[in-house]
Amino acid sequence: MPTVSDDGGTPALGSLVSGSSRVVATDLQATPEPVLAGVPPAPEGGEAGTTGSMTRIIARVFVENRLAVLGLVIVIAMIVFCFLGPFVYHSDQISILLRPITGPGTCGPGKINVGPPCPLGVDNEGFDVFGRLMAAGQSSIEVGLAAAAVATMIGVVWGAVAGFLGGVLDAVMMRIVDVLLSIPGLLLIIVISVMFSPGKYFLILIIGCLAWLTPARLVRGETLTLRTREYVQAVRVMGGSGRRIVLRHIIPNAIGTIVVNATFQVADAILTLAALSFLKLGLHYPQTDWGGMLSDGSTYAAAGYWWLIIPAGSCIVLIVVAFNFIGDALRDSLEVRLQRR
Amino acid sequence: MSGVGHEGGSSTLPAAAPALQRPKEGTATIGYIIRRFFQAILVVLGVLIIVFVLFHLEGPEALARSIYTTPRASQTQLNYIIRIYGWNLPLWDQLWRELVNYAHLDFGRSNTNQSVKSLLITCMPRSLMLVGMSIVLSLIIAIPLGVFQTVRRNKPSDYTLTGLAFIFYAMPAFVLGTVLILLFEDTWHIMTPISQSETIWQIAGDWRQITLPVLTLSALTVASFSRYMRSSMMDALTEDYVRTARAKGAGPGRVLFRHAFRNALIPIITLLGLSLPAIAGGAVITETVFNYPGMGFLTYTAAVSNQVQVVVGTTIVATVLTVIGSLAADILYAVADPRIRYANR
Repeated sequence: MPTVSDDGGTPALGSLVSGSSRVVATDLQATPEPVLAGVPPAPEGGEAGTTGSMTRIIARVFVENRLAVLGLVIVIAMIVFCFLGPFVYHSDQISILLRPITGPGTCGPGKINVGPPCPLGVDNEGFDVFGRLMAAGQSSIEVGLAAAAVATMIGVVWGAVAGFLGGVLDAVMMRIVDVLLSIPGLLLIIVISVMFSPGKYFLILIIGCLAWLTPARLVRGETLTLRTREYVQAVRVMGGSGRRIVLRHIIPNAIGTIVVNATFQVADAILTLAALSFLKLGLHYPQTDWGGMLSDGSTYAAAGYWWLIIPAGSCIVLIVVAFNFIGDALRDSLEVRLQRR
Repeated sequence: MSGVGHEGGSSTLPAAAPALQRPKEGTATIGYIIRRFFQAILVVLGVLIIVFVLFHLEGPEALARSIYTTPRASQTQLNYIIRIYGWNLPLWDQLWRELVNYAHLDFGRSNTNQSVKSLLITCMPRSLMLVGMSIVLSLIIAIPLGVFQTVRRNKPSDYTLTGLAFIFYAMPAFVLGTVLILLFEDTWHIMTPISQSETIWQIAGDWRQITLPVLTLSALTVASFSRYMRSSMMDALTEDYVRTARAKGAGPGRVLFRHAFRNALIPIITLLGLSLPAIAGGAVITETVFNYPGMGFLTYTAAVSNQVQVVVGTTIVATVLTVIGSLAADILYAVADPRIRYANR
């Protein structure tokens, strides 16, 4: 695998569940040689510098990274499976029917519209596990994407404002980030969940509101370098307002950093939700997510009912690995773009 | 750091550690430690206030109902509870009382009328034991692994380990723990579940009980630490002092271990400090998965039985412990690396 993020391709370092500290690599060493070697000179008449060719370079580097393509394929397959699957494979995911758990391939005496094959058996509440995986995946993916969007939006605005205005305000704003960053995020989410027993949308908000710290730091750092650029000065000379500079010039130029971090945020949010659900503090019935399935199934680990544990666990690991691959590859592509500037 | 010059590079891990400070000459370590100490106090105060605000967001009546859970509670009874808990007082007054209580290590009582303090005293040593063993194990595994990967860089073994790190990095404690239980306890019967009646020393001394929880808690840390150690070593190998050492005729082993390794080790201290919140979060999950009777499990059992006071108490104590740990790591870092003194961010 020559194009795996190598040398300095900084480890996807961070925290499991709480706000992670994955940071876009800025070290020179991080530029992986194989990737660079694989990049052809700017396509179509060598017009490096136009946006079109940049996008194409990024796309090309991304596609050449086999793990990234694998990640993308996994994510797309998961989305198709969870959101389109139920149209093909019908199963009742609403009503409970208490009865003995059955293994893969056997449905047992069941609810009216449990599909005949039951490839992964039926759980203790009479849900077809295969169909349950789809329903659970929908919530996992939805919450993951939405919470990442919330976190990124808050973080970007916070970081850009702090970095752009600077001075005392910057110091205060970043101290707040420091304070929040040293709190074990999962514990705080647990406290909030116990107090308010939130529904899906509230959960999205909570997870998002506790994960915006890393993007805020990153965007602030980026803003500090961007605000001294000539084009920002030019806008200022022409009388552009601070809001215009931040929204139209600084944030668009930091978009690479933002997108890379957002990708990791999705993985983190899925993990956070799964952890909460595992602690039985997540989504309310009849909604569930992969962590919730695992939590229910783990009660039966002693009986050896692996089909209640392994499929849900694999789904979590797969989608998180996939998003991490994509994020890593995007980061590499971004560095190549920066190199060529 | 005898004989190793630091003039060469700037900070070795630019992509890392938000807390990494740029070197600045002439500021004393003492000053740095004092500033860091005040920042830690600020963090603890911040947490206390956040939890206080959350706690009081729903108003006194909801609080009274969380204590007096009978649905038939009359208004008079609720008012009585509000009065004896002082929830009718002005918020500032209440905040001050809470802070005074916390300062006296009084975290209130659980719904079953046990003092949260006594619960914490029972559970805290167990958690510290688990986390401590896990951190030591992670370092013992991750550091040699990172060095090994540096030596064998871009070879199949390096790629394999990187791939494994990716997978373990994406594997949350509840997945890994559940699968390990399924395999080792329920299928192969090698390990035994945590005993609820034994003391921590008995649990810690019995490898059949303690191995799985420690491994589960360590997996993520090993994955990220080894990747970090690897890139830290790679960075150190490009430094000027390594080139100097090579130019002076030092052998590859000496360069690797005496020059690169010792410098590459320093950022790991910061990494450890930064990972503590995550490890604390991971401990909640791990303890719940294994029914390990520590603070995390206490938090979980209190959470599902809706005992807000207990959850608040464990959160505060866990946060304070985390902050102390991070502070210790930062101070150690400042001591270990003479380049790192406090600088303006």
